[in-house]
Amino acid sequence: MYKILSAEKLNAVIYKMVVEAPLVAKHCLPGQFIIVKVGEEGERIPLTICDYDRKAGTITIVFQPIGQSTQKMAELEAGDAFDDFVGPLGRPSDLVETPIEELKKRKMVFIAGGVGTAPVYCQVKWLHENGITADVIIGCKSHDILIMEEEFKKVSNLYVTTDDGSYQRKGMVTQCLSDLIDKEGKKYDWCVAIGPMIMMKFVCKMTEEYGIHTVVSMNPIMVDGTGMCGACRLVVDGQVKFACVDGPEFDGHKVDFDGAMKRMRMYKTEEGREILKKQEGDTHHGGCGQCGGDE
Amino acid sequence: MAVDMMKKVPVREQEPKVRATNFDEVCLGYSQEEAVEEAARCLNCKNPKCVEGCPVHINIPGFIEQIKTGDFKKAYDVISESSSLPAVCGRVCPQETQCEQRCIRGIKGEAVSIGKLERFTADWAKENGVKPTPAAEKNGHKVAVIGAGPAGLTCAGDLAKLGYDVTIYEALHKAGGVLAYGIPEFRLPKDKVVEKEIENVRSLGVKIETDAVIGQATTVDELMNEEGFEAVFIGSGAGLPRFMNIPGETALGVFSANEFLTRNNLMKAYRDDYYTPIHRGKKVVVVGGGNVAMDAARTALRLGAEVHIVYRRSEEELPARREEVHHAKEEGIIFDLLTNPVEIIEDEETGWVKAIKCIRMELGEPDASGRRSPVEIEGSEFIIDCDTVIMSLGTSPNPLISSTTVGLDINKRKCIIADEENGKTTKEGVFAGGDAVTGAATVILAMGAGKAAAKGIDEFIKSQNA
Repeated sequence: MYKILSAEKLNAVIYKMVVEAPLVAKHCLPGQFIIVKVGEEGERIPLTICDYDRKAGTITIVFQPIGQSTQKMAELEAGDAFDDFVGPLGRPSDLVETPIEELKKRKMVFIAGGVGTAPVYCQVKWLHENGITADVIIGCKSHDILIMEEEFKKVSNLYVTTDDGSYQRKGMVTQCLSDLIDKEGKKYDWCVAIGPMIMMKFVCKMTEEYGIHTVVSMNPIMVDGTGMCGACRLVVDGQVKFACVDGPEFDGHKVDFDGAMKRMRMYKTEEGREILKKQEGDTHHGGCGQCGGDE
Repeated sequence: MAVDMMKKVPVREQEPKVRATNFDEVCLGYSQEEAVEEAARCLNCKNPKCVEGCPVHINIPGFIEQIKTGDFKKAYDVISESSSLPAVCGRVCPQETQCEQRCIRGIKGEAVSIGKLERFTADWAKENGVKPTPAAEKNGHKVAVIGAGPAGLTCAGDLAKLGYDVTIYEALHKAGGVLAYGIPEFRLPKDKVVEKEIENVRSLGVKIETDAVIGQATTVDELMNEEGFEAVFIGSGAGLPRFMNIPGETALGVFSANEFLTRNNLMKAYRDDYYTPIHRGKKVVVVGGGNVAMDAARTALRLGAEVHIVYRRSEEELPARREEVHHAKEEGIIFDLLTNPVEIIEDEETGWVKAIKCIRMELGEPDASGRRSPVEIEGSEFIIDCDTVIMSLGTSPNPLISSTTVGLDINKRKCIIADEENGKTTKEGVFAGGDAVTGAATVILAMGAGKAAAKGIDEFIKSQNA
C-alpha cells in the first residue's frame, strides 16, 4: 500500500496528492509517469509526475476527476492509501539527457493547459535547479481553476492566459504564444506543450509555422503501462509507437493527433454509462442517449 | 459398468451451450473414485518414458502409485519434489505432446490421463489444506527473481526449498504473469487455483514485491551491487505484442490479444463490480491460430459475440492445443482457415472497425523446415463484416530489462542469450529462462527453464562461497 501524505483540492475540479513511494521517488525523472489503482476492483490510471522529493521518498500527483475511477480517487484523504502505485514509467524528458550547456543555448517556452500544468512544473523546476529559467504559458478557462501559480512564479517567467479574460491575458495559449512572438519580440526555438490533445494539436500547428521544434506529452488510454498491450499505440511519423514505452513525449510535428483523439473516444460510452448508473441509481433510464437504458 | 482399460476415464465438463455463456471452468476434473480408477490404468513401468516427456521430470508412476492406494497426500508430496505449480500444469500443459505422448498405454489405446491426475492431486491438496514443505533452515544467501510468471515462480520455489532467501519482483499488481493476465478464468480459475498456488510459493518463504518494474524502478545492476543479491534470475517473459502493419490497424475496436485478455483476466472487466471497461463486440474476428487466439476467441464469445478465427494455414497447422480447438468448436467459434487479413476497414464517421478484408491462401511446397508455407491466391480478396478485431500474432520479449542491464547480451530476436542447461547468461551471476530466452512458448517449458536455472544458481553461489 502507498500512503497518501496529503490530499488537497486545488480548486473546483483539480486535486493534488503527495504519495509515499520511495522506490519511484528514488528513480523518477521529469517527463515520466506513474500508474495508480484504488481498491481491488479499481482500474489502472496513468498520471504524469508533477513533483518528487527523493529525500522524503514522495511523489506529487495532480489530477482532474473525469470518470468513475478518478472520482473514487478524489474521495481519498490524507492517511488513506493507494493499493498500487507503479513507476516510474515511460522515458524521461529529453531535457535530462541533454547537456546543460546545450540547454542554456535553447530558447525554450513551456505551454501548459489545464491539468497538464502539473507535469510542466516538474520539468521547469528541474531546469531552474540547473540554472535555467524558462518562459511558461499557462492556459485555463477562467481564473478560479488556475493552479500552481505561486510555485511557477518561483521557477519560471510566467504568463497566464484565461479563455474568459478573468485573469491576466485573455484567449487561448496559442493567442498568447503568437502575441509573445509577434508583439513582444520573444524568440523561441524549442517548445514543450502538455495539456489536452486538442490544445497540443493547435500549439503544434502554430509552432510549425514559426519553425519552433515542439515536444508534446501524449496521454492516450493505457492499461499496463509497461509495453505489453498496445492500448496506448499511436502513429508518429507514420510509425506505430507505444506511448508508455516509446514516449510519452514525442516530436509534436510528427504526431497523428486526429488518430490519437479518435482513440481517446474508445470507452466514452462505457465510462459515461458507469458514471450515470452511479449518479442516477435506480432512476437511470438511458437519458444519455448512448446506453439505451440499463439493460 | 465394465471399465475399458484401453480408454481414459472420461472427465466431466460443462455443457458447451451452458459454458459459452459463463466464465466458470470448462473441465470439472476427476472425483476421487474416477481418479483411483484412472490411476489403475498406469502400468508402473520400470523405465517410465512419461517422466522423460515431462520438462520438470515429475516422478509420474510414483505419484500415480499413491493415488491407486488412496494416499493423495503422498501423491502430492511426490509431485511437489519436482513442481511448484501442479494445479496449473495439470490444467494448461499440452500433455499430448509431452508426458502422455510417451505413455506405453498410448500405443494401443489411450495414454493414461496424467494431466488430469496431477490436477486432481493438486486440487485435493488445496481442499485439504496440504502445503509444500519449506526448507528446514535458511542458508543466508539472497537471490532476486524478476517476473512472477511460471519461470520465476518455479525458480523461486526451488531456491527457497534449498534454503535461499528469495525475493520476486513483479511489474504488475498481481503475481502470476500469463497465469494471471493471459489464460482465461474458464481454463485456469484465478482465485481458486492461481492465487492458491502462488500462496504455496509464498509459504516456502518467497517474498513477492508487486508494482516493481525492473529497468525503471530499479535495475539488475542495482539489485546486485546495492541490494546484496548474489544472483539474479530473469523470467520476464515475452509480453510485447506484434501487429500486422496493415492499413487500418489503429481503428477503434482493434486490440492486441494481450490487451483484450489483460482487461478481461487481470482487470476482470467482464464483471460488473470491476471498473475497467471492455468492448463487447457483436461480431469479432480473431487473427491467429495459437492458444492465445483460442483464449481470446472463447473470451469474446462469452462476452456475447459471434466469433471468427482467421488463420492463414489449414487446421492441421493450427499451433493451439487440440483440446482447445475442440472446445472452441464445440462452443460455436467459426474457423476461417487458409485466410489472411490484408486490410482493416474503418467507418469514416465513427472511426470504428466495420470490416476486415482478407485474401484466401493455399499451402505451397514444404520449405527447408518441412512446413508448408501459405501462398496468396491472387484475386481472391473478400470482406468479413465485423466490429472488433483481435490480433493474436505472437509476442516478443520486452527490451526494458536487457537494455538497462550492463553486459547482458540478446540475440537478433531480442531474446536473452542463456545456456539451456543452467540458465547462465553472458553476465556473471545473472541467469534467465522462459519466454524471455525462447520467445513465446509454453508454461511448462518456462517452468523447466526456471528449474534448470535454480540448479545453476545453486551451483554458482556454492562455487562463489567455496
